[in-house]
Amino acid sequence: MPPINRCLPALRCLRLVDNAAQRQSLRPLTRIARPTIRHHQSRLHHTQAEASSSASTADNAPQSPPATSKPEVKYTSESYPNIKRNSKFKELSADDVQYFKDLLGNESAVVDGVTKDASAELEGFNSDWMRKYRGQARLVLKPSSTEQVSKILAYCNKKLLAVNPQGGNTGLVGGSVPVYDEIVLNLSRMNKIRSFDDVSGILVADAGVILQQADEHAAKHGYIFPLDLGAKGSCQIGGNVATNAGGLRLLRYGSLHGNVLGLEAVLPDGTIVDDLSTLRKNNTGYDLKQLFIGGEGTLGIITAVSIICPQRSPAVNVAYFGLESYENVLQAFKESKKHLSEILSAFELMDVGSQHLYRNATGAKLPLEGEYPFYCLIETSGSNSDHDSEKLNAFLEHVMSEEIVADGVVAQDETQLQSLWACREGISEASQHWGGVYKYDLSIPLPELYDLVAECRERFKSNGLMGETDDHPVKDVVGYGHMGDSNLHLNVAVRRYDKAVEKALEPWVYEWVQKRQGSISAEHGLGLAKKEYVGYSRSETMLRLMKQIKDVYDPNGIMNPYKYI
Amino acid sequence: MSGLRILVPVKRVIDYAIKPRVNKAGTAVETNGVKHSMNPFDELSIEQAVRLREAKVPVEDILVFSAGPTKSQETIRTAMAMGADRGIHVVEEKIELEPLGVAKLLKQVVEKENRNLVILGKQSIDDDAGQTGQMLAGLLGWPQATQASKVTIEGEQCTVTREVDGGVETLKAKLPMIITTDLRLNEPRYASLPNIMKAKKKPLEKKTLADYDVDVSKRMKTVKVIEPPPRQGGGKVDDVDGMISKLKELGAI
Repeated sequence: MPPINRCLPALRCLRLVDNAAQRQSLRPLTRIARPTIRHHQSRLHHTQAEASSSASTADNAPQSPPATSKPEVKYTSESYPNIKRNSKFKELSADDVQYFKDLLGNESAVVDGVTKDASAELEGFNSDWMRKYRGQARLVLKPSSTEQVSKILAYCNKKLLAVNPQGGNTGLVGGSVPVYDEIVLNLSRMNKIRSFDDVSGILVADAGVILQQADEHAAKHGYIFPLDLGAKGSCQIGGNVATNAGGLRLLRYGSLHGNVLGLEAVLPDGTIVDDLSTLRKNNTGYDLKQLFIGGEGTLGIITAVSIICPQRSPAVNVAYFGLESYENVLQAFKESKKHLSEILSAFELMDVGSQHLYRNATGAKLPLEGEYPFYCLIETSGSNSDHDSEKLNAFLEHVMSEEIVADGVVAQDETQLQSLWACREGISEASQHWGGVYKYDLSIPLPELYDLVAECRERFKSNGLMGETDDHPVKDVVGYGHMGDSNLHLNVAVRRYDKAVEKALEPWVYEWVQKRQGSISAEHGLGLAKKEYVGYSRSETMLRLMKQIKDVYDPNGIMNPYKYI
Repeated sequence: MSGLRILVPVKRVIDYAIKPRVNKAGTAVETNGVKHSMNPFDELSIEQAVRLREAKVPVEDILVFSAGPTKSQETIRTAMAMGADRGIHVVEEKIELEPLGVAKLLKQVVEKENRNLVILGKQSIDDDAGQTGQMLAGLLGWPQATQASKVTIEGEQCTVTREVDGGVETLKAKLPMIITTDLRLNEPRYASLPNIMKAKKKPLEKKTLADYDVDVSKRMKTVKVIEPPPRQGGGKVDDVDGMISKLKELGAI
């Protein structure tokens, strides 16, 4: 830190220490043990993206209190007894391992649990960071080139060895870890940026490049990676593309289906699909790369992507509002688009319950004095701070004078900007504070978006499961999310995981969403958690077509088995 | 006793969260197109002045003052949105004022505006001089309490707790006096929308250096500004063998 601002970080540290102390004191209440062996867990720790996973039975595993030794995560095969190992898959032998060792030619590229005991090393690849899913893989391969990936898959396909592709392993639906003994194919060693075009902003990079590194690389040239999410310090761009991650910048820059210009992928039979186009326009036949975007590694493995990065905005402003009703929130959203059009970069919704959870869990002070049923966070990004401030001021004056917004604050400096964002980004972690949380990540048409939260709360009030005291499993039902994308995060904060709560939620939530033609997974994908519920969002015809595609590209079904559709 | 007539000088500086860059000529820090905000210590000063009023200490008015380019008016408006009553802006685009010049200027403001308490940030985070408050106290012949972490005022009596090496020191003095603020004094509030609107209507007087009888000519010349040498990045090795050969290469084993 350069000398001219050396004094302020001290303040920041103090506040951090303060928070840390509070967390420490609350920890004994926390029943979900945090990952302790994962090297990157600390980076994830405070930015847990909205975990969506439906209340899987894995949640219900009785966990010993953190005071005793670290609880083992239950095997996915135990929490999902209906999923049986597919007997057509071959079991790994020492010969197979030798083949891969010779192929990769590097000790550190193979984690071998077949011919020796490597359980400690394998643990990080077998369990997800939420400690909800745990597979039984005995072999991890870390290829360093597309050719190696091709040879691995060709061999696996021939021998009927199942494969689980893995990026940063930050997924929220159990898609990134094996269920049984699938070989984990980890892309972390394919981490080179191949090229960046300073004029067009097109980045071409290996799949294993960490999202934050890709963004920092783009930033050096004055560009921004069109995707941003909580796990950016760990997740890999290949995994982001394979899961079609949504995140915080989607409102402004659109989804990866539009931003990814080309892909390099390897099919299960070893075919290298070189479609690493850097063209924005290319109307020559079926756009097959779209199948890999959001395909969750079930058709092949993405090894490189080319993606268009927009210009980075030098001027960023953030405002935080309190509103009296959901109608006013809708009105504010409409007005913000009208007044801020091209500079609007985020419109986030938080209800009062979510803000209370955040305040009570972190000890942070909320920005507004008064209390309102709804809060919104608006971010603008533009090229000229004077122009932006003028637009923002006109907008603020308008929504205040029309009484759409009851109260609000505007960040006056970078520090305030970050603490306003924390009120939104901190909710996910805060909702786990009292023991656990049932999370749903849903797309719902805007006019009805919040009805689900209200109805869900009523449901728990009337069935007596929710209350202030410890004998009620449910602490609160809160809603927040990316308003700009009609994406709601429904969180049911609980003191303990309880079958009765789960029964009250499922399939009720999915049926509710289905009635409104919503989606049961807006941005987190299907993985293992949502697989059996996909019928609520997709018709039989759609599912049949999808399965046909799967059969064409992966006839032996070796890619990421037991998951997706 | 008549109430407190507080003066809070504020400065517009590069936002503390922004990494400053040295300009191409190596003569100063690049300020063009860089996000600016109120000096964080000045935010603490404004907050303290407003809190005194909220704590029912009789406060007649809170005057916020800044000297600098036109954009400094945004900073004054922010201070007014936080609770200051009125502002004075000495518009000066060219001359970069040194602490002594500012102190002389402030002395005149204090006299003209009949102030009896000045709350300043202990330093501004751009030049880190940390001199203005002390110089002003000297010029006015007033008592001073620097680096305040707690301020209470009863009648004419000011009690200021300040952080010193290894502990705290509590000072008492009678008004009028000078207080400079330190980080732990308070946590500045957000400027709320209604207050931002109100601040637009609060009086802001524009003046020039010619309105004051001060010599602000520069006494110092910046010879050169250089960035610290960049940190040498570490390397990664693939495995134990790689590490051993690397260590051998470096002569460590």
